[in-house]
Amino acid sequence: MSEASRPQAGVGAALGARLRDADVSAAPAALNLLESTTAEDRQAAAALLAQVAPAALGGEAPGHVIGVTGPPGAGKSTLLSALLRAWRADGQSVAMLAVDPSSRRSGGALLGDRARIDFDPLDRDVFIRSTSAGERLGGLAWATRAAAHALAAAFDVVVIETVGVGQAETEVADVADTVAVVVQPGSGDVLQFLKSGIMEIPDVLVITKADLGQIATRTRRDVSAALRSLGSSSTSVVAVSSLAPPQGIDALVAALRAHRASSDVGERRLRARRANALADYTHEHGEHGLRALGGRHAAQQLLAAQDPQLDTAALVTALERAAGGA
Amino acid sequence: MMRTYAGHSTAKASNELYRRNLAKGQTGLSVAFDLPTQTGYDPDDELARGEVGKVGVPISHRGDMAALMDGIPLDEMNTSMTINATAAWLLALYVVAAEDQGVSQQALQGTTQNDIIKEFLARGTYAFPPAASMRLIADMIAYTVEHVPKWNPINICSYHLQEAGATPVQEIAYAMSNAIAVLDAARERVQAAHSEGGAQSNGKQEADAQELMEQVFGRISFFVNAGVRFVEEHAKLRAMSVLWEELGRERYGVREPRRLRFRYGVQVNSLGLTEAQPENNVQRIVLEALAVTLGRDARARAIQLPAWNEALGLPRPWDQQWSLRIQQVLAYETDLLEYPDIFEGSIVMDGLVSELLDGARAEMAVVAEHGGAVEAVAYMKGALVDSHRERIRRIESGEQVVVGQNRYSESEDSPLTADAEGGILVVDPAVEAEQVAALRQWRSQRDQAAVEQALDELAAAAADESASQNLMVATIAAARAGATTGEWAGTLRKVFGSYRAPTGVGEAAAAPADADLDELRGQVARLQEKLGRRPKILVGKPGLDGHSNGAEQIAVRARDAGMDVVYEGIRLTPAQIAASALQEGVHVIGLSILSGSHRELIPAVIDALRQAGVQAPVIVGGIIPEQDVAALREAGVAAVYTPKDFDITRIMQDIVELLGTDGRVPVAGTGASVNGSA
Repeated sequence: MSEASRPQAGVGAALGARLRDADVSAAPAALNLLESTTAEDRQAAAALLAQVAPAALGGEAPGHVIGVTGPPGAGKSTLLSALLRAWRADGQSVAMLAVDPSSRRSGGALLGDRARIDFDPLDRDVFIRSTSAGERLGGLAWATRAAAHALAAAFDVVVIETVGVGQAETEVADVADTVAVVVQPGSGDVLQFLKSGIMEIPDVLVITKADLGQIATRTRRDVSAALRSLGSSSTSVVAVSSLAPPQGIDALVAALRAHRASSDVGERRLRARRANALADYTHEHGEHGLRALGGRHAAQQLLAAQDPQLDTAALVTALERAAGGA
Repeated sequence: MMRTYAGHSTAKASNELYRRNLAKGQTGLSVAFDLPTQTGYDPDDELARGEVGKVGVPISHRGDMAALMDGIPLDEMNTSMTINATAAWLLALYVVAAEDQGVSQQALQGTTQNDIIKEFLARGTYAFPPAASMRLIADMIAYTVEHVPKWNPINICSYHLQEAGATPVQEIAYAMSNAIAVLDAARERVQAAHSEGGAQSNGKQEADAQELMEQVFGRISFFVNAGVRFVEEHAKLRAMSVLWEELGRERYGVREPRRLRFRYGVQVNSLGLTEAQPENNVQRIVLEALAVTLGRDARARAIQLPAWNEALGLPRPWDQQWSLRIQQVLAYETDLLEYPDIFEGSIVMDGLVSELLDGARAEMAVVAEHGGAVEAVAYMKGALVDSHRERIRRIESGEQVVVGQNRYSESEDSPLTADAEGGILVVDPAVEAEQVAALRQWRSQRDQAAVEQALDELAAAAADESASQNLMVATIAAARAGATTGEWAGTLRKVFGSYRAPTGVGEAAAAPADADLDELRGQVARLQEKLGRRPKILVGKPGLDGHSNGAEQIAVRARDAGMDVVYEGIRLTPAQIAASALQEGVHVIGLSILSGSHRELIPAVIDALRQAGVQAPVIVGGIIPEQDVAALREAGVAAVYTPKDFDITRIMQDIVELLGTDGRVPVAGTGASVNGSA
């Protein structure tokens, strides 16, 4: 592309404004911008994000950000197809960010998962994007987090799909309003992860392949018992079968919605923004940068004192200013 | 038996061709179906666009089958159908066509290919998920062994595996594992059918079931491949004979030697045929024919030879005649067929065979560990993609010599190819419109209520969890009622779910280090800096063509070169490709088509892309005749690659160059959608 046609800050702001107006057709271009690393595009991306920050929206973005995670082979894609159908039947617009784990190693990535999600390609209210995993362990890529926030301004539902159990829910919990962990019957490792605390307790636990009968019922019972023994009564456990005739999908949709209704989304997002800002700042400026702020604890206090409507980028700027441009 | 693979455009035209051939003394029919029929779509389905009547005859309902077989006495005919996912349906239509002629199904003779695992692994014309597909196959076997006893319900194909890159060990192991999956499923079905009704004693029932199972085993034949390394290929066939007999005795308790014999037909390798200096393919074909005829103990029953110019496009009758003459010279001029097995007692041959047996047994054990061939589809696919990549790497590096391509590529002007491409067969595009019109008329004239009832019953039988009803019965009833191919398959898709086979590219291992690749990675890294994002390519296969080897290798290499690759497998509509390109923000789109439908499909995809606001350049690969290139470029294609462009690194460099210089490209999708509604 010639220099002249590079998206400028104004272009970023325009895209952000379109998302704010729930123009879902702005999503592809917005993502292209948010993923770009050139200095100019980063500037434009910041302008875009400013348009969808709580301050600009006059509150939190209305979309429901849902993290869906689980081990490979648990049936996530089939489940997401079924959920997508249910949401669309209900008139909700849906964006899905499929995080590709293979991109973490050097070199390129093969992104094929979108093919496993059934949708009408002419349906403009569905947007699916493959996105790479973050370079630093324990966090989603900056672009994925930024995209989730931005898309929540335009779409009713934003799904972040990640692969794995153990680390994955922690990653996605930094962004999502609701975290659903998907497991298949007989996956004992999930129970162990739960009990040993390797895995954070999800908001919704989905057991797939309910059509397997007894083994699915037993897994559901075991998981429920484990959750109770951990003192978590709020996690819903839903058994689903995506095979025709699908079972449990409506119950899952309801459980996801109920979780959001019962939780303080503003509080959760604020916490996430502050955590993300600290992570971004540390990633950029290192331990040295933290010391310039008087350490991690002081940085957290500083963040807590900021205007709750500031977005992550603004919070990072606030930290940088406090550190004297460290 | 010598047949010619035939069936084009319409049932009526194909019928005329069959009758001409039968009048000339041909004794059997070999029916090729078009891709919509093979994958269970009606001609008016969006996915059928550009494919109707192209690689075979379109058969949508009993009326089409009756026209196809008009005037051909089905009680005397031996009919071979290259049909897999929809084999049960086509057999049902054939049974109904016979009924119309007053011929009982008991009298019908022929073969349905009906091998679904190789469709998942290599050929791509699957319709239902693996478990449901295996149920259909087992139902068909159980049905035919009792009601159509002279029918060969399945022909296990390793041919396509080699075309997809299989080594000899893989070809043997995957074919045998496939056979085990089929036979196990059939055994379950046959035993179930014989454990009902309590009149007979259990012992009698068991004996009946065992006898039927032995009949089933004896009915199974193979369709194999033969490559140019003809000594090893011959050893491969001897190894397969050994394993097959062993399997029959040990796993299925077959005792009769006649039933234990490894029966196979063969088509020699197409993968090794070159577009460069295509006349060299003649000697390759001769040597490959020797692989399956040299030793009597492992000699093919039937041979099909490809045409020398297959890599250039559809062969003409004269090209096919040349292939037939090769067989005739071997059979009638040489002394090939005059001796007993010429390798008997050969230490070298025996050693080669036992080496292959060891390798194949080890690989079969790996498949068994995965839970058998059905469960191991993703594993096997990944292994094939890896083998294929290794083969291409060896050719690119010159380790494997391909005369006329990577060595001795200088050539005098060829008088043979001067006008060879001008003569390539083209199917009249009007055929599709006629088929669609005829289909609509059929639907308007039939007893709609009867069709709906039959399809409801089919759905109920398929949904029955105990799978107690043989689906052939409801399938024949639906055929009789006048249902269409798309309705039959659509009904089952609703029950069984639709399915996308694993692409194998995700499973493929990373490329070994090599200097060319390092250089390419450097170029891609520099391009990434310029673009701001990692270069992202969408590799797409529009239409119903399932030959995905080329697309897979491009996808794997682009990944190895450091690009982000969106590859969703086969059978995509233009709208799906456009949506993926837009949503994923790709920088370039690579389309692969080998079915000859590029003239219709490529412009349709480009239209869909531009309408979606995607300005990224489009490149095309496949069997594209030279005279079509200009039209594709006119339609907006940036580059066209054919089989003679075997150097994939070179293609990648072209892409890097294209993206680095093309002013329109980098932030795909933004151009149109930043300012307005996309």
